[in-house]
Amino acid sequence: MNSNGTKTVQLSRRYGFSAAHRLHNAQFSAEENQRLYGKCANPYGHGHNYVVEVTVSGPVDAATGMVANLTELDAFVQREVLEPFDHKYLNEEVAEFRAMVPTTENLCREIWRRLKPFPAARLERVRIEETSKNSFEYEG
Amino acid sequence: MIRVTRKVEFCASHYYWNAEWSEEENRRVFGKCANRHGHGHNYTLEVTVEGEPDAQTGMVLDLKELKDLLQGEVVERMDHRHLNHEVPELAGKIPTTENIASVIWDLLAPKIRSGRLQRVRLYETPELFVDVCGATNGAGPKP
Repeated sequence: MNSNGTKTVQLSRRYGFSAAHRLHNAQFSAEENQRLYGKCANPYGHGHNYVVEVTVSGPVDAATGMVANLTELDAFVQREVLEPFDHKYLNEEVAEFRAMVPTTENLCREIWRRLKPFPAARLERVRIEETSKNSFEYEG
Repeated sequence: MIRVTRKVEFCASHYYWNAEWSEEENRRVFGKCANRHGHGHNYTLEVTVEGEPDAQTGMVLDLKELKDLLQGEVVERMDHRHLNHEVPELAGKIPTTENIASVIWDLLAPKIRSGRLQRVRLYETPELFVDVCGATNGAGPKP
């Protein structure tokens, strides 16, 4: 709801990527990692089919009827998120996760940081489904 | 405050075309959505009403009334229709998910008799949906 009492319109798009990660903090002992992260700390990592739901807002353009052009949004997400993350081991192959445990909470924040500069609409929310039972949201 | 959501589906065809633009411009902006023969979707509509449950009924609103409202205002207007040609409320608008959801909000908001319309969510595909939220029933801006 915006300040002048009119409708707000948000557009959400879902994307998928498959990646491996391991939840492990090198500053903790093996016992502490096991206690905190359980089987998510297994040394070879494990994988997920992540679903990323990106929500943007803005006025509905009178000429196009759209909040944002999906082709532009898709290309931006592809370049900033999907290409660097898909079919990768996040702990080793994404620089930001060498110093940060790639929990899905941290993944939300990192994907938010990468998508925030999208020029054509305002980023409202990044929601990630790690599995069908666990999802995380971040609104900046 | 409790939110109650009812879901309905409707199947419709549409295409995206701005009559003030050239064919090249339409194809550049809208891509394959500009095919003038149209294409179709199974739309899924989720309508959310919020309010306090009535002390006697335990309900925010009578879901049968909401079901009938969605049937009359949305499904009968849009199901198995061509959205560019057969829905007067969309005349002059490009039938994007944004515009369809906004029209559905305008159709439903004045007719919710118990609680307030909180959100209209329209899925064009499982991967693409639009949320419309706004004030209704003279309730004033939602904080």
